[in-house]
Formats: sequence, structure tokens, C-alpha cells
Amino acid sequence: MRASLQCMPHDHHDHDDPHALLPPEPALRVKALETLLTRKGLIDPAALDEIIDTYENKIGPKNGAQVVARAWSDPEFRGALLEDATKVVADLGYFGRQGEHVVAVENTEDQHNMVVCTLCSCYPWPLLGIPPGWYKSDAYRARAVRAPREVLAEFGVTLPADTRIRVWDSTAEVRYLVIPMRPDGTEGWSVDDLAQLVTRDSMIGTGLARQP
Amino acid sequence: MTRVHDMGGRFGDGPVVPEPEDEVFHEAWHARALAVTLAAGALGQWNLDMSRHARECLAPKDYSRFSYYEKWMAGLADLLVARGVVTRAELAGEDPAPSPLADRKLAAGQVAAALAKGGPADRDAGPAPAFAPGDRLVTRLPARNAFVPGGHTRLPSYAAGQVGTILRCHGNHVLPDANAHGLGEQPEPLYSVVFDAADLWGAPERAGDEVTLDLWQSYLRPA
Repeated sequence: MRASLQCMPHDHHDHDDPHALLPPEPALRVKALETLLTRKGLIDPAALDEIIDTYENKIGPKNGAQVVARAWSDPEFRGALLEDATKVVADLGYFGRQGEHVVAVENTEDQHNMVVCTLCSCYPWPLLGIPPGWYKSDAYRARAVRAPREVLAEFGVTLPADTRIRVWDSTAEVRYLVIPMRPDGTEGWSVDDLAQLVTRDSMIGTGLARQP
Repeated sequence: MTRVHDMGGRFGDGPVVPEPEDEVFHEAWHARALAVTLAAGALGQWNLDMSRHARECLAPKDYSRFSYYEKWMAGLADLLVARGVVTRAELAGEDPAPSPLADRKLAAGQVAAALAKGGPADRDAGPAPAFAPGDRLVTRLPARNAFVPGGHTRLPSYAAGQVGTILRCHGNHVLPDANAHGLGEQPEPLYSVVFDAADLWGAPERAGDEVTLDLWQSYLRPA
């Protein structure tokens, strides 16, 4: 381990920061890094395409929606999920980067759960995919912990006056999945039909499940 | 004191703007930035805590004006130089020299397995939990890295010096405060700790609202 990492080498005049050597335009900055690392033999552009394809097309909120719909349909599954979500979702094939430790938290009439990462943008990638822009915004990171009801109003959500909010600030490698309340009038629905009602935002706690 | 990234509870940021679920990347370069960062990480020259800290070490004025993926790019460029993977001259456009790390390059065929494997942070090693659910604890004040001045920590300022209650223990997890600085993993019991919003903010939106955080044992002492 190089001594420089004892204290990261950035606390000096900003014109000395290595990143300032890159082109000013963001797209060109990325291109410059990709080109440099490719020329040094350190990254393979085809691997980059594969990573992008994974998060654009293979991993997304449909995964989490399946988990929620099953929890709504199957009390035994729900119980196991609330007990040890990491194991239950891994058994469904939802495991990996940014989803190594998962806890499911269930919304009820008494308690609404909402998830944020105030320090960066931690998010359960294998279940929900890449976090939306607003989740990574300063506004959400700053305000979700202090003013969750104001933030919910910006999503068009108003909770009953007697519902308590518990905000989960993801400060470690544990990722939180909100189980929204099941909409009325969906008795007897199949898991796949129920999953259509489960939005990404409802699994972060900034939305509710769709009404049928 | 912590750093510019530690913004929980801050005033003045304006509204949150919702967006449709099918928008994964707003710009092609966002996707590229994500992929370059993950592929470079696969070289194994730093850990997740170091990469978080590299972004946190951006000058506040850079951190504030950079968009999310610009922070990633800047953090990556700084890490690549700090770890000796590339030189400043190469970053500035000089012809690059071949790297001795090239045999670690992530191949396209390895991507699915690498992403699926992830990097679990739980460890068997480490002390037994000193606290149990229901225990009342007070968090470190001020929020700071106890090993390195200005170093990485996952205790946000808004929760420093606050009394909370243990909800659950997650077992032993790698301690970011050590791991971000090459001081080893030093795993410790990690707890979900719940705080009364009235304690954190003075005037909460509604009495009874709560905020929970995941906090390591060394951040906590009995209340």
C-alpha cells in the first residue's frame, strides 16, 4: 500500500488535481479516460459494452417487482424475505454488485419506509438497476432525511396523517428494498399481474404501488 | 468535520425532480463513465471504500458543480494517478506506456460473472457484538475518521452525538474508516440504529418520524 493513500492526495490546490488534466467537456473527459486505459491494455471496450448492456437491458426494477409481488402473494415467502432477504433474493438469482446484503422493509398503515443514501448514492442494483438521477441528486440526498413529506409531495404522494415515516439512510453495504402496501382490489391476482403494479419508486419509498 | 459529500439535512437544494422508470442513462457518456469505472475497478488496485473517498476528496467547488458521473470520472482519474496505474503525463495526453496490470484486464466474457459475484462486506472475523437490539447508544461526536484526519467515515454529521436505539445487528462488516486508507479491513459489528427525527432536526415534519442508519460498533458508545 502506497503511503499516499493514508491521506488521499487531493488536498492541495485544485489546479494540481490529476482530474483537471482531462478535457473540460464531460463526454470528452470520459472518452479520454477510456482511450488512455484501452491503449494501456487495461480495459476492453467490448467489456464496457457488456456492462452497459447488463444495466440497460438485463437488470432493473422488474427484478424487485417480482420479489414484491411474490411477497404479496405468498405469506411464507414474505416471512422468509423479512427474516433474511439476502438469501431469499439470491435464491431468485438477484445477487451481485451493490446488492450483497439486502434487507426488506414493509410499508403498513402505521409506518411508511423510504430509502436514501445521504453520503453517496448506495442503491440495490441487482433488484432495481442503476439509480435514477433524482436519487443521486443533492436535493434528494440532502432533504429525504429531514423533510421526507415535502419530498413525497414532489412525487405526488400524500400519506395519511397518522402514518409515521421511517427513512433508511444507507450508510453501509446493506441495501434496503421497500415492500409497498398491496393495492385493494387485487385479490386472486397472479404474481406477474401484481408485479405490473410495483413501480421502481414504490420500492424506494418515494411512490406507492399503482392502483389497479 | 467531514466533507462536502456529507449533505444529509442540508437546506437550500430545491425540489427533487422525478423521472420515468425507463430512463437508465440520460446521456451515452453516462453509461460509458459507469462502465469505465467498473472495468477499471476490476483491476484490483483499490477497494470500494477508497473509490468513495476519492470522490469525497474532490474540492467542494468541484463536487458541487460536477454532475454525478463527472464526480465518478474525476475520482477515477485521481485514483489512477494516486495508485500509479497511469501517470499525470499520460492523463494530459502523452503517449501511454503499456501497463504491467494488463493481464488483469476484465474481458467481455468475464463481465456477467464479475457483476454477479459482487463484493460481500460481511466477515467472520472481528469482535463479538457489544450491543443488542433495544440498547440505547450515543454516536461519535464530531463525525470523523478516528485513524486519519479528514479521512473517510460513514457517520454523517447530522447523526453525530445523537442518541439512538439498536434495531438489529448485521454481523461483522469491513470498517470503511480503515479500509479506505489501506489500514486493513478491521471488521466490526454493524448495527441498524434508529433515531427520533425530533432529536436530529429539532422540529420534525411530524412527531414520531424516524431515521435509521447503519453504523459500526466503534461509532457507538452506551448512552
